[in-house]
Amino acid sequence: MKRVFPILGVLTAILLSYALYQALVVAPTERTMGDVQRIFYYHVPSAWTAFILFFINFGASVFYLIKRRPAADIVALVTAEVGVVFCTVVLVTGPIWARPVWGIWWTWDMRLTSTLVLWLIYVSYLFLRRFSSSGETPLLAASLAVLGALCVPFVYFSIWFFRTQHPQPVMGGGGSIDPRMLHVLLINWLAFSCFAFLVCWSRYRLEKLQRDVDHAHALESLLAPRGSVR
Amino acid sequence: MSAPAGITRVSLLKDLRLEWRSKDAINSMLFFSLLVVVVFSFSFDPSAEESRQIAGGLIWVAFLFAAVVALNQTWAREIRNQVLDAYRVSPAPANSLFMAKTLGNFIFVSVLEALMTPLFIVFYRLRALGPAWQLLLAAVLGTWALVVNGTFFAAMSLRTRSREIMLPLLLFPISIPALLAMVQSTTAILNGEGARFWIVLLVTYDLVFTTVCLILFETVLNAE
Repeated sequence: MKRVFPILGVLTAILLSYALYQALVVAPTERTMGDVQRIFYYHVPSAWTAFILFFINFGASVFYLIKRRPAADIVALVTAEVGVVFCTVVLVTGPIWARPVWGIWWTWDMRLTSTLVLWLIYVSYLFLRRFSSSGETPLLAASLAVLGALCVPFVYFSIWFFRTQHPQPVMGGGGSIDPRMLHVLLINWLAFSCFAFLVCWSRYRLEKLQRDVDHAHALESLLAPRGSVR
Repeated sequence: MSAPAGITRVSLLKDLRLEWRSKDAINSMLFFSLLVVVVFSFSFDPSAEESRQIAGGLIWVAFLFAAVVALNQTWAREIRNQVLDAYRVSPAPANSLFMAKTLGNFIFVSVLEALMTPLFIVFYRLRALGPAWQLLLAAVLGTWALVVNGTFFAAMSLRTRSREIMLPLLLFPISIPALLAMVQSTTAILNGEGARFWIVLLVTYDLVFTTVCLILFETVLNAE
């Protein structure tokens, strides 16, 4: 692992640079929006990466509830943290894109609202992790993750119907996409996924080390003869 | 009566009896509800034209705050007297305790809503243009959605720092679809429009989350 990580890091850095070059220089300029549209190559891959990470979080939480393996719990924690970061990127780049193009920072359209609620659910998950002082925090967090993930279809469905009744300007547009743009989009997504994987892996190692250290300390104080606990 | 249902009934009656004798929570909750309605009346001027549009939202925000205050004290009595530990070592299924607590909270919050609703109707001069019985249905389903998740998260927050703030932090995001459905259905019924979609959504939400909370409560009770 010690050799693989730096190699993957360098490769990911190269891939990210290439993806950035593709997005800023190579991709064709959008007809109506101009160069501002290029933020799309940052915004959409972040969203897809966040969704994948949250899905992994759900899987890891269910696995932990069934099997109680500590590794699954660490995976759940790590994917939630990195997923929240990517989701924040989506929520920040969205308004930055919207302001010059549509003149408004925010609107309560379906996509933005659903992403905001998703972000809220996983931030509340992180709050539980941080504030819970129970020894069984992983179990509580896993239960919350399952509830949160089950809530997601309800969120999308309810906001979809709400917005069909009260239409708002739709951000991000829909419809077909130029194949060259799609190509750049996929390259960026690949780069972001590699980056997310590396960050998760690094965080996983960090968390595992932290827990091993805590366990060692606890064990040491338990086994130390009375009167000599440091 | 089967054993789990019997345990639920006994726990529920115990809670109701305790509450009836002390009346400490219900009195403060009643006054809190009245204050909320009055504050809303100052903040959102109840002139007739706008009131029907926003009344659905206002009512449910007021109910939400009242429910959170009620839910926060759900488990307080149990912790004080180590009842939870006794429950854990007993062979009684955890689901029975959960159902008893949820039903008790549901009755409690429903009483509050029944007392706040006439105040809202009077202060905002509301009249339902649609079928009024659907309002009752939406209220029952919406209250159950809040209470079932709230009781579950209240148990989860027992050993957190800042316990009182933890409950709304966990409850609000997950309740957003239900809250949207409650508000939209109430507004639709008050305005004489159809609320079928929202009521169906509430029914589905209630079924899914009640099931999942029942399944997971044993884990949470033993983990806490």
